[in-house]
Amino acid sequence: MTFIKKTLASSIALAAATVMATSAQAEMSDGEVRIGYLADMSGTYRDLAGPGGLEALNMAVEDFGGSVNGAAIDVFSADDNNSADVGANTVRGWIDQDNVDMVAGMVASSVVIAVTKVLEENDGLGIISGSAASSITNEHCTPNHIHWVYDTYPLANGTAKAIVDQGGDTWFMLTADYAFGHALEGDVTKVVEENGGEIVGGVRHPFPTSDFSSYILQAQGSGAKIVGLANAGADTVNAINTASQFGLTQAGQQLAGLLVFLNDVHAMGLETTQGLLLTTGWYWNMDDESREWAERYYERVGRMPTMVQAGIYSSTMHYLKAVEEAGTDDPETVRAQMAEMPVNDFFSRNGRIREDGRMVHDMYLAEVKSPEASTHEWDLYEILATIPAEEAFRPLSESQCKLVQN
Amino acid sequence: MTMIFGVPLAVFMGQLLLGLINGAFYALLSLGLAVIFGLLKIVNFAHGAMYMLGAFAALLGMRYLGINYWAALLLAPLLVGGFGMLIERFMLRRIGHLDHLYGLLLTFGLALIFEGTLVNFFGVSGARYPTPEVLQGGFQLGFMFLPAYRAWVLAAALVVCLFTWFMIERTRLGAYLRAGTENPALMQAFGVNVPLLVTLTYGFGVALAAFAGVLAAPLYPVSPTMGSSLLIVVFAVVVIGGMGSILGAVLTGLGMGLIEGLTKVYYPEAANTVIFLVMILVLLLRPAGLFGKEA
Amino acid sequence: MSTTQTLTPTMKRQRRANLRRNAFYLILIVVGMVAPFLAYPVFLMKVLCFALFACAFNLLLGYAGLLSFGHAAFLATGGYITGYLLASYPAMTPEMGIIAGTLAAVVLGAAFGALSIRRQGIYFAMVTLALAQLVYFAYVQSPFTGGEDGLHGVPRGELFGIISLRSNLAMYYFVFAVFLIGFAIIQRAVHSPYGQVLKAIRENEPRAVSLGYNVDAYKLVAFILSAGIAGLAGSTKTVVFQLASLTDAHWHMSGEVILMTLLGGVGTLFGPIMGAGIVVSLQHMLGQSPLGNWVSVILGVIFVVCVLSFRSGIVGEINKMYHKNFK
Repeated sequence: MTFIKKTLASSIALAAATVMATSAQAEMSDGEVRIGYLADMSGTYRDLAGPGGLEALNMAVEDFGGSVNGAAIDVFSADDNNSADVGANTVRGWIDQDNVDMVAGMVASSVVIAVTKVLEENDGLGIISGSAASSITNEHCTPNHIHWVYDTYPLANGTAKAIVDQGGDTWFMLTADYAFGHALEGDVTKVVEENGGEIVGGVRHPFPTSDFSSYILQAQGSGAKIVGLANAGADTVNAINTASQFGLTQAGQQLAGLLVFLNDVHAMGLETTQGLLLTTGWYWNMDDESREWAERYYERVGRMPTMVQAGIYSSTMHYLKAVEEAGTDDPETVRAQMAEMPVNDFFSRNGRIREDGRMVHDMYLAEVKSPEASTHEWDLYEILATIPAEEAFRPLSESQCKLVQN
Repeated sequence: MTMIFGVPLAVFMGQLLLGLINGAFYALLSLGLAVIFGLLKIVNFAHGAMYMLGAFAALLGMRYLGINYWAALLLAPLLVGGFGMLIERFMLRRIGHLDHLYGLLLTFGLALIFEGTLVNFFGVSGARYPTPEVLQGGFQLGFMFLPAYRAWVLAAALVVCLFTWFMIERTRLGAYLRAGTENPALMQAFGVNVPLLVTLTYGFGVALAAFAGVLAAPLYPVSPTMGSSLLIVVFAVVVIGGMGSILGAVLTGLGMGLIEGLTKVYYPEAANTVIFLVMILVLLLRPAGLFGKEA
Repeated sequence: MSTTQTLTPTMKRQRRANLRRNAFYLILIVVGMVAPFLAYPVFLMKVLCFALFACAFNLLLGYAGLLSFGHAAFLATGGYITGYLLASYPAMTPEMGIIAGTLAAVVLGAAFGALSIRRQGIYFAMVTLALAQLVYFAYVQSPFTGGEDGLHGVPRGELFGIISLRSNLAMYYFVFAVFLIGFAIIQRAVHSPYGQVLKAIRENEPRAVSLGYNVDAYKLVAFILSAGIAGLAGSTKTVVFQLASLTDAHWHMSGEVILMTLLGGVGTLFGPIMGAGIVVSLQHMLGQSPLGNWVSVILGVIFVVCVLSFRSGIVGEINKMYHKNFK
């Protein structure tokens, strides 16, 4: 092709694109924006994302008007059964067969890591809202995914630092014996020691465990002021319940739940959890904007949203805006567009997407209310402090991500 | 402080006591399994699900009918036991003449159905069942703080185990049961209604599981998956004790609780696995189990 | 054969059966060759891997009468070893990785077999379950498996160092070839004199002993063979999906393979393939539908229905009907 022909061709294409800008189907693969929602719909993590997260995603699609630049938005969903196998296969199928443009949800870190490998290999795009592992945007980072809500770094940085500052300087760690637990334990140990505290003991329990009495007894025997729970979901709930039965807090020790979700507190009740300090990415009752959205969600689902469910709405909205702005659903272009636009909505304050795929935003230190202070079923947290976006997450200077030049 | 293998004596004693309490659950569950295995010769894979149903019966009974803990302790086993009898009458009996492995597979399928169905209605994060008023608080034993409820669990489980043992070893009904285990055809010839006996036995076995479920409700979150993780361990207990041996099931249950408790002190990561190791050792040395008779 | 007229009726029946079997093989191969043009190849590869796994399991249950409740251990071992080698040593080609994974499963199978083979019935099931739980624990604890996070980023690589397996189609034909090899080994074993002795042991063990057969040795060989092919299935699966995870080692997986075999037909040649196809399709289709949450309930119902009134499985029932109507 000669130079003139090339120029001609490209200017025609440009003109065509301008003409079609209002109905940009040509720029959207298959004339549709396809979003796949992958999460644990039936297992341990069902209640923190699960069907409620899908509902949040559908809300975002509806609020956006159901289409982007004239291209309809189509939502797929699947249960990953907390299995890396199932998750990776589903996403592979979505990309190969259904041309899904973006994958949302994703909870268990094993599933997330497997899925991001598939996304990287097939040039897809994923936005992770559920998972805790900070490794997702550290050693496992790819240019094809974004981590939206929280990770183990701010959990440690928020909760552990606040507790050491309040004088809780000797810790006993109760750690779930797998990668996430180890990572959280590592992050907490670092924060505690940097702030002048000390880890006096710890125990790693199998995942999952239903009987924590033995470990609680060991924690009581350790003499530590703080018992840190580096576990999640049912394990945390069991550990807190058992601690309450054994009078751990009455005897002067304090629990630090490092990863506690709204649904966990709701399930355990305030009697058991009152006074628990925790770090959260969002709380439904933290301001008017959040409340307004949360109440709409409540009407549809019958439960108040967790930070993960809110994050799914927020990230989907941001994605759709980026698609609209870029005029295409091509993953690479949309990813770049998303990073260019700051994230400020009911969920995220001062949010932006870093080059390692981490969405940094303000995090919050919260305390679980006492039964007397709570006015209704879902009135569970008191927000004590805001952890600014820039401090909350692992700084890029410490990053091992291949996308970050250090 | 006195130390035992690097662990303070107080902690050591505490762990033994806790192990014994867990062992009481194992004993109750494996007792039910052993009774069922003795007469029906099937491995009841739905036993964990029955334990779970017992806990749910208590939870839902309290939530919707206002039934308190003590009533639930009686009603939930009756309800689940009745349900079990229906299963025996309309399903297990139909495959009674086949290889007993089919019984295992059938009950495995039933367990999947019960758990899966409840997951769809209640999720898995689990609901809380309050500790009854009189059993709140606890005792300071010097080496540890023992919650009153756990002491009650230990006592209740032991009493029920003893009662069951007495029933089977010392009463006429128990004699029928034992005879039925040995030679059902002869029993039938003597005019004993063996099919009814089998139905009642299955009902009784799962009622024991449901009783354990109600006992567990205030201790652990009541969730549809609470039984399945426990079940595999209980299987191992029954195999170690010798399948079908009543006394073996109870003693092994308590013993395994103790061993697990000690593992939690010295090598906590292996706490879920140590029982399987014991099981393999026992089977290598005493193939019929510690208390079983060689077939 | 030129001496048709001298054949006895039994031999004729035998010949007809052989003919029918060969026809089935031919159909199987033709269907397998065209399938990737009609359906999604990755899905088909999953079916093939599980079909091979179920065939291996069926060899043990259907022909030796041993119900193993620990077969997940072999699937996982094949997968982890292959995955680890391929991910850590870029010079490794996929077929070398798969051979290594299969051998590892064979070794594990020999160990399991030596410990469990003397037990029978329910005891055998329980011992294999316990052993598999120990293996599961080992994989949770070992750093090389990635524990809960799993083993990721296994390259598909180049077959024999030449043919790239990156495309799903190339990968499919490789998996299909592996499946045929595994299937042929099982068929060969079942129809050999060895297989006949195995069946004799299943039917009447004391009689086989009294005839002078070393029953334990026969069973052990069957166990090792079954473990090795289960490992082969796991290894191949890891290459296809480029990951290995604890799902494959969990006791639920041991239950699932029983379901596949039972549904298709225990002790039939094609039953396990059909059973695996149905179960994998169910999970595939239901997983993405509103019924997704009900998958385990539906599997449970299938289990119950199979045991109560469908014990020969689909292929078994078809065989029965065939024999009733055409004989």
